[in-house]
Amino acid sequence: MRRLPNYFLINLALAALVALLFVASVYVGRGGELLFTKLHAMDEIDRSLAWLILKEIRLPRAFLGLVVGATLGLTGAGLQGLLRNPLAEPGLIGASSGAALGAVLVFYFGLAAGSAMLVPLGGVAGALASLALLYLLAGRNPSIVTIILAGVAISAFASAFTSLALSLAASPYAVYEIIFWLLGSFTDRSMDQLWFALPFVVVGLALVASTARALDALTLGEDTAASLGFNQTSLKLRSILGTGLAVGATVAVTGVIGFVGLVVPHLVRPLVGHQPGRLLLPSALAGSAMVLAADILVRLPTSGPEPKLGVITSLIGAPFFLWLILRTRREAD
Amino acid sequence: MTLHITHLYASLGGARVLRDLSLDLTGTGFIGLIGPNGVGKTTLVRAIAGLIPFEGTLTLDGTALAAMPQRARAKRLAYLAQGAESHWPLSVERLVALGRLPHLEPFRKAQAADEAAITRAMQLTDVETMATRDVLTLSGGERARVLLARALAVEAPLLLVDEPVAALDPYHQIGVMQGLAAYARDGGMVIAVLHDLSLAARYCDQLVLLNDGHVHAQGTPAEVLTPQNLRDVYRVEAEVTGEGRGLTITPLAQI
Repeated sequence: MRRLPNYFLINLALAALVALLFVASVYVGRGGELLFTKLHAMDEIDRSLAWLILKEIRLPRAFLGLVVGATLGLTGAGLQGLLRNPLAEPGLIGASSGAALGAVLVFYFGLAAGSAMLVPLGGVAGALASLALLYLLAGRNPSIVTIILAGVAISAFASAFTSLALSLAASPYAVYEIIFWLLGSFTDRSMDQLWFALPFVVVGLALVASTARALDALTLGEDTAASLGFNQTSLKLRSILGTGLAVGATVAVTGVIGFVGLVVPHLVRPLVGHQPGRLLLPSALAGSAMVLAADILVRLPTSGPEPKLGVITSLIGAPFFLWLILRTRREAD
Repeated sequence: MTLHITHLYASLGGARVLRDLSLDLTGTGFIGLIGPNGVGKTTLVRAIAGLIPFEGTLTLDGTALAAMPQRARAKRLAYLAQGAESHWPLSVERLVALGRLPHLEPFRKAQAADEAAITRAMQLTDVETMATRDVLTLSGGERARVLLARALAVEAPLLLVDEPVAALDPYHQIGVMQGLAAYARDGGMVIAVLHDLSLAARYCDQLVLLNDGHVHAQGTPAEVLTPQNLRDVYRVEAEVTGEGRGLTITPLAQI
């Protein structure tokens, strides 16, 4: 019988990988090699310029990678555990489409130029609105199927409005802005935007993390989990609200980063013996690692426009997911 | 351990399933809950487990079950659902360990007492040899024993099991029934919904025969499994032979 690797060691290894990629993310970039030489430069102006780049461009970007990756990894694992369905992903409950719509409306009305904070503000408002709508649709004590169907409906509705905003946009420039924002990227995000999203993310992730043992119990079905002392209504509320807050807030800042929340839990699951509660922490770490790595990847081409992060994660994630499905099918045969 | 049920009413999809059901059970032992399909056996078990709303009173050792916090109730009462399954390919020992969840303190790992309970449960159901196997690769009979071990690992004074031997071959039926009987001997009260009357007679200390949402008869297998009761409740003409643990019921014809 194959023994599982030690749980502590898995997390330690993943944390070390995240730390390494974080440092690399600060270091690598267009003209990145110069950054650290400049920090040691004699010239005062060079030094302060390098410091400015570090503080205003590189660090926010690396922190965003850390936070967004952890959010997608944790909420993806949590939602797959809650729905007992390995195809669930954080966007399923509609909060990320809602956040995207909220942000797009800010662009649509031309408010984005006014303040950099209005886009994330609109995004978070959109995420909260879609969560409220989910609550209204699904009711006080919803079944899992009701939650999924309501989430799908909200996503479709929000996407339709996003398309409407695109088709009615007054200026081609607004369309261009919206499309680029929707593709998902960490470029030109400031520390202020990160600070704005962080409280929602922290509360959301704490809510999802608090469901770990309930998710373990849910392996045996809702009735058995209830008989093991876990209130199912509270579990669903914490999981859905937490996912909506955390994912909504990150989408509000970065746009939609696809496939990470779907693929990362699959990668980590065999390492923790498929136990949904134990999956949460390593999945969050692996999510950070994957997003940081992908964000380094988009910076590697040294000329031409930078590819968008959301595009890269989907480009890598989709075939990878296909491979996972094929492998699972082979194992089942 | 006393389970006291008075004037219990419960509905299922708008239809009254339990009607003014009263039942008193005390001490330890293996109690078989029998009756034809649709008389409310599963509903009664689910009501006791706190999974469905009901009217009337249900008390466990004098405390109303409805007033007990969910976690406290989870320590005193274990429930094995009909056709229980695992949704993820956990290893057998991890699945059995889930039975200890009501006992785990927040942020604390499993203690020695938990490990001991898991080992005992796996011994009672004879699944120690498959401890590291993936539960989804087991046969139906093996999986049923593992899921029973999960319920036993709670070490609750009251164990509710809904049709634990349905769809099992005779070998695994006997294995599961022996596991339940051993748990009752060790000081638990086991209430199991059963359909095989001869099997119930062989292993149960007491039988409760339900009919039309209330208790029709209660007592030892010989007292309950009379040809008259089988006619009244099951609507079959049956031959009852043997005595004590060897009571055998052979249904002969519909009435």
